[in-house]
Amino acid sequence: MEIKFTNKGDKATKTGFGEGVLAAAEMNKNVIGIGADITTSVGMNFFRDKFPERFISLGIAEQNCVGVAAGLALSGKTPVFATYAVFSALRTTDQIRVSVCYNDVHVVIGGAHAGISVGPDGATHQALEDIAIMRVLPNITVLSPCDATQAKILTQKAILDLKGPVYLRFGREPVPDFTSENQEIEIGKGQLLKTGNALTIFATGHMVWEALQAATTLEKKGISVRVINLHTIKPIDKEMIITAAQETGAIVTAEEHQVFGGFGSAIAEVLAQHFPVPVEMVAMPDCFGESGQPAELMQKYHLNSEGIVEKSLLVLKRK
Amino acid sequence: MLSVWILYFSNVKKTDQMFEKITQPGELSEMAREIRKDIVKSLAVAGSGHTGGALGLADVFTVLYFNRMNHRPEDPEWPERDRLILSIGHVAPVLYTTLAHAGYFQVNELTTLRKLGSRLQGHPGRDHHLPGLELSAGSLGQGLSVAVGMALAAKLDQHSWKVFSVHGDGELQEGAIWEAAMSAAHYKLDNLIAIIDRNHVQIDGPTSHVMEINPLAEKWKAFGWEVFECDGNNISELIATFKNAENVVGKPSVIIARTLMGKGVRSIEGDYRWHGKAPGTAEAEEFIRQLEEN
Ligand SMILES: [Mg+2]
Repeated sequence: MEIKFTNKGDKATKTGFGEGVLAAAEMNKNVIGIGADITTSVGMNFFRDKFPERFISLGIAEQNCVGVAAGLALSGKTPVFATYAVFSALRTTDQIRVSVCYNDVHVVIGGAHAGISVGPDGATHQALEDIAIMRVLPNITVLSPCDATQAKILTQKAILDLKGPVYLRFGREPVPDFTSENQEIEIGKGQLLKTGNALTIFATGHMVWEALQAATTLEKKGISVRVINLHTIKPIDKEMIITAAQETGAIVTAEEHQVFGGFGSAIAEVLAQHFPVPVEMVAMPDCFGESGQPAELMQKYHLNSEGIVEKSLLVLKRK
Repeated sequence: MLSVWILYFSNVKKTDQMFEKITQPGELSEMAREIRKDIVKSLAVAGSGHTGGALGLADVFTVLYFNRMNHRPEDPEWPERDRLILSIGHVAPVLYTTLAHAGYFQVNELTTLRKLGSRLQGHPGRDHHLPGLELSAGSLGQGLSVAVGMALAAKLDQHSWKVFSVHGDGELQEGAIWEAAMSAAHYKLDNLIAIIDRNHVQIDGPTSHVMEINPLAEKWKAFGWEVFECDGNNISELIATFKNAENVVGKPSVIIARTLMGKGVRSIEGDYRWHGKAPGTAEAEEFIRQLEEN
């Protein structure tokens, strides 16, 4: 199948998130924004500027932000709290576990600056562990949109349609914005972006565009590649994973996250239990990131289309 | 043994009439005594749990649920109700026993504390759908933030209901408490009243040895709160202090309630070793005897 996706122009997924929050807030007056000092940096400025009376600034106190969000949600509000993912997901894990997830309240937590594409800020600010930590918490939905358009759509759905806790991760760097405003998308269901039968690439977040580029390269080598965007990491689309394993017999996973416990692990868990096939993972190799330009870092750690092509060729040898 | 204790519970006067506030301090003291006796019984049946703190807080809970708070046991989700946030989930037996006596559920259910399938989880869990339970909690330092969120929600919608949150003194060692304290004052949450169970002890021993939290009143003042101190085991003092706190305008209030761990059971009063254990059957009978004498 011909790849029909074209880049409409680079745009940060954080911008899509911010637009999604604003759009949802326009439809539901119970949407409350919570800020932890870096409001513009995480895309929440659109909401704050339009609805200042519904924006609660709590300062650099992320644990309190999560607890306050739980209290608001228990009182009928729909709070959206976003800051860098290293803080919103990792510093606050206990608050998310008990005050949000154990209470099963509808709090939407945004994890900004996810992945190594954060770039020059370096390792402290590059969230590479958040998927692993968030996806083991009961009751939570974990979302990872592939571009700004999808980030906007998923953010709106997360706020307006879902009920329990939600974690949504997104990046800082402008990346290709290639999905349609009118795309068919359902939380919990993978998106088939390209058909193929020799192997399947499952990608999430920024790596989806890279997977499509990798597929083009592989097709030129005569390899038929299926590409699936899993924007929902939890609940994971088991059916689509099992079908892909049955029909293509080899899997490559791609994420901007540590190799242990994350997106690739989630897929491997499904495969190991239902239909084991060879798997190769494109992910951070159990090490911290570092400063550098995003593209340099993606190159160094093989978190790009070339890395996906390498792993694809490798997995085919194991078939 | 279990059947003996169930019998004990069935002897307790059942509150199936409409809930009414109690105004007489003497009647409130009697209610606190009954609550203490049922705390001891339920912990003895459970075989584990936190006795000392639950007994120490019985007067605070009695005053809140039977005198100060606006709530409807027959309509637990009544939107206008005052909220009680128990941040120190480990003293759940005092909350459960008070809720039962207020009429949220049958007193007999207290025999299921900490048992498989019970709505009375070791630390409160809303996933078990206990009427009147506002928050799943047990990880210390989180409840004040939730209380701030609720108080903010009430302010946003211009509701008049209040939030009461109950904390341990050892819990104040958690940094997140002070993040929450800062935010409550910043947003002038005069619909929030925090209660500190100031019993001067925690699991490892005296709070002053484990990690000093004094000067406590000065800390809260510095964080922008109106501070009250009172004897947390004196019904009349508690009522008067709550009334004063409820009248504060423009800032949150904290009540540092001086309590005795194990209050009412003279042989264990003030003994930090009773923070985290439950009485055996013989001990429970002795405790109840002391409570009835008191
Ligand atoms: Mg204490």
